[in-house]
Amino acid sequence: MSTARTRAAALLATLALLTGTAACGDADDSPTLTVYAAASLQAPLDELVEDFERSHDGVEVVVSYAGSSDLVAQLGEGARADVLATADTATMDRLVAEGLAAGEPQVFATNTLSIAVPPGNPAGVTGLADLAREDLSVVVCAPQVPCGAAARRLADVAGVRLAPDSEEQSVTDVLGKVASGEADAGLVYVTDVLAAGDRVEEVAVPEAARAVNDYPVTVLADAREDALAAELVDLLLGETGQRALERAGFGPPR
Amino acid sequence: MTHVRAVGLPRWLFVPAALGATLVLLPLVAMVLRVPWTDFPALVTGASAQEALWLSLRTSATSTVLCVLLGVPLAMVLARTSFRGQAVLRSLVLLPLVLPPVVGGIALLYTFGRRGLLGESLEVLGIQVAFTTAAVVLAQTFVALPFLVLSLEGSLRTAGERYDVVAASLGASPTTVFRRVTLPLTLPGLVSGAVLAFARALGEFGATITFAGSLEGVTRTLPLEVYLLRESDPDGAVALSLLLVVVAIAVIGATRQGRVPR
Repeated sequence: MSTARTRAAALLATLALLTGTAACGDADDSPTLTVYAAASLQAPLDELVEDFERSHDGVEVVVSYAGSSDLVAQLGEGARADVLATADTATMDRLVAEGLAAGEPQVFATNTLSIAVPPGNPAGVTGLADLAREDLSVVVCAPQVPCGAAARRLADVAGVRLAPDSEEQSVTDVLGKVASGEADAGLVYVTDVLAAGDRVEEVAVPEAARAVNDYPVTVLADAREDALAAELVDLLLGETGQRALERAGFGPPR
Repeated sequence: MTHVRAVGLPRWLFVPAALGATLVLLPLVAMVLRVPWTDFPALVTGASAQEALWLSLRTSATSTVLCVLLGVPLAMVLARTSFRGQAVLRSLVLLPLVLPPVVGGIALLYTFGRRGLLGESLEVLGIQVAFTTAAVVLAQTFVALPFLVLSLEGSLRTAGERYDVVAASLGASPTTVFRRVTLPLTLPGLVSGAVLAFARALGEFGATITFAGSLEGVTRTLPLEVYLLRESDPDGAVALSLLLVVVAIAVIGATRQGRVPR
């Protein structure tokens, strides 16, 4: 009985210790810059963040990548960050409307859609018109998320009625279903096709130039590191940032 | 049914018990507080919401039937026979209980997907599973089956084999024993197992989105609709979440009521 009690007491003490140390984990003084960014930005941004940390001694940059709407929702619920970069202006507008942006968001990159097909293009997809074919398994993003809104705009300007078999929550889900061969074709960003490497092939969509997505970035109203945040935004808009974005397939701001 | 308790509970037990209950209840309360009540009827009766709810109920019912058809024999084999590797089989059958649903979805994809283990043969037969309601049912059955097996196996072990042995010694065939003795004896366990399986199927999300995709009326069940709405219409997502909670509570409540006191 008494050993059980000692053991329970020891367990409780350990728990208290663990939670205690976890609570004071962020007590050190080195500045941390928190960035919320659209998932599609991961490749170029990881690279730029590394640059940034190298040139700012002692500064740690933490980036949270997720769907743009998700990020805006989290910030609306009180999540704290210094910089936000989204995959379209509609989601950024929601943040601005809630009064959470410091100043006017700036467009730093553009992205267009493209068709991803499994390696070898087994279904012989040649262009956007094929995505209306009932005999193909076509996957797009749901209209509620930025890549889906872009898909709908593209279908509209091209005058094509898409017949998707699934409307996914994110562009990575679409890419996954194409890469695994479940879908014959999927609408994703050009940058995703590039990032996926050999896992998918691209069928270019000439109409895509008429449905371009703008990527805006802003410093947040309650940023703790606003000077550093402004510097990171400058890096994105500057020559180094633009070169990294271009390598990842992004277009320059219009 | 109140029991006379000879031994009281130690007082201190109530503190962690209350904390535990709070941990479960408080988030529900918080959600209810966020429901936009004035728009609630409109939000839960919208076309997409109705479509998703109806699809969820339909597929969950189908997968529960599948769970009973497959799970009763499985539980019988696990509870009433012994063979080499039985312990391993039991662990494997229960694996979906602890597996992250998205892992289950990936496993299903590589089994029934177009390029999966069985997918190519199915394709030859003209059966396509991916992006169909059948894929939703498969995903739900995969995650819900262990609930039925676990519940029924426990019930079979508790019931023991005495009556089965007596019936057999009186000349009843194994099938008659199973039908007339074993099943009626363990019916409460079977019912609560089936209800649990239904509830689990209703809440299935990860395997479905990984394996079945998301299309209104075909594969977008209520949990998927909630996830999608959360991106664009947080109020709608909260309202639908509450709807799902209410259905789940009703289902679980039904099984508690049906339980026979021991």
